[in-house]
Amino acid sequence: MRIPILKLHNYLLISIQTEIDDNTAIQFQEDLLSKIHQSGATGVVIDLTSVDIIDSFIAKVLGDVVTMSDLMGAKVVLTGIQPAVAMTLIDLGIHLKNVPTALDLEQGLIKLYQELGE
Amino acid sequence: MNPQSCVNIQKEWDIVGARQLGRDIARKIGFGTVDQARIATAISELARNIYLYAETGQICFEVIDNMDHKGISMVAIDNGPGIDDVSKVMEDGYSTSGGLGAGLPGVKRLMDDFDLQSEAGKGTRIKAVKWVR
Repeated sequence: MRIPILKLHNYLLISIQTEIDDNTAIQFQEDLLSKIHQSGATGVVIDLTSVDIIDSFIAKVLGDVVTMSDLMGAKVVLTGIQPAVAMTLIDLGIHLKNVPTALDLEQGLIKLYQELGE
Repeated sequence: MNPQSCVNIQKEWDIVGARQLGRDIARKIGFGTVDQARIATAISELARNIYLYAETGQICFEVIDNMDHKGISMVAIDNGPGIDDVSKVMEDGYSTSGGLGAGLPGVKRLMDDFDLQSEAGKGTRIKAVKWVR
């Protein structure tokens, strides 16, 4: 299973709509980094509105992909984290402190626009 | 009567299968969305531990329905290498696999009751229960 990555001007948009297993998550990490490399995108929004579970593994993959993209020069914003997911992550002790987030896709794009100024 | 259902954990996708089944059971018993997410996440952590450290094992779910107490019980059993230092794995941030070290202490916080038994070389048995509030 592959998660589709859409390009919109200088941004990449990803909406995760499926139940993510470990392989899909790792595959997505690779796909996103090569897409950033290939497209020269400066901003990425990963929308998690339809994700109803983030366990410690998926959280690590998401946190890592934000850091990895940052190393390459692209800024990632996670959007749409559900209330239940936010509560569960804190129970797990995962705070994703250095990860930029926004309420929804629209706010995520505004955040990128403000920070990157394009 | 306590209907019980078990999932074998052998491949990576079984982690997803186990948490979907657990979530379905939790929804049917009457858990709210947040507790369903807590239960599914706890199952995911337990199943991944089996897959990662013991390779194979089993997670069994049981519906507990007493007079005024309703809940879900899950037991994760494997015949893997066991846990050398149980107090260490219950510390936040401790991991031997490069993970976040959030798994077991996380499961304990996500669930209401938590019991871990492990013997080096023999295996691990973890029982966790969540009650409907």
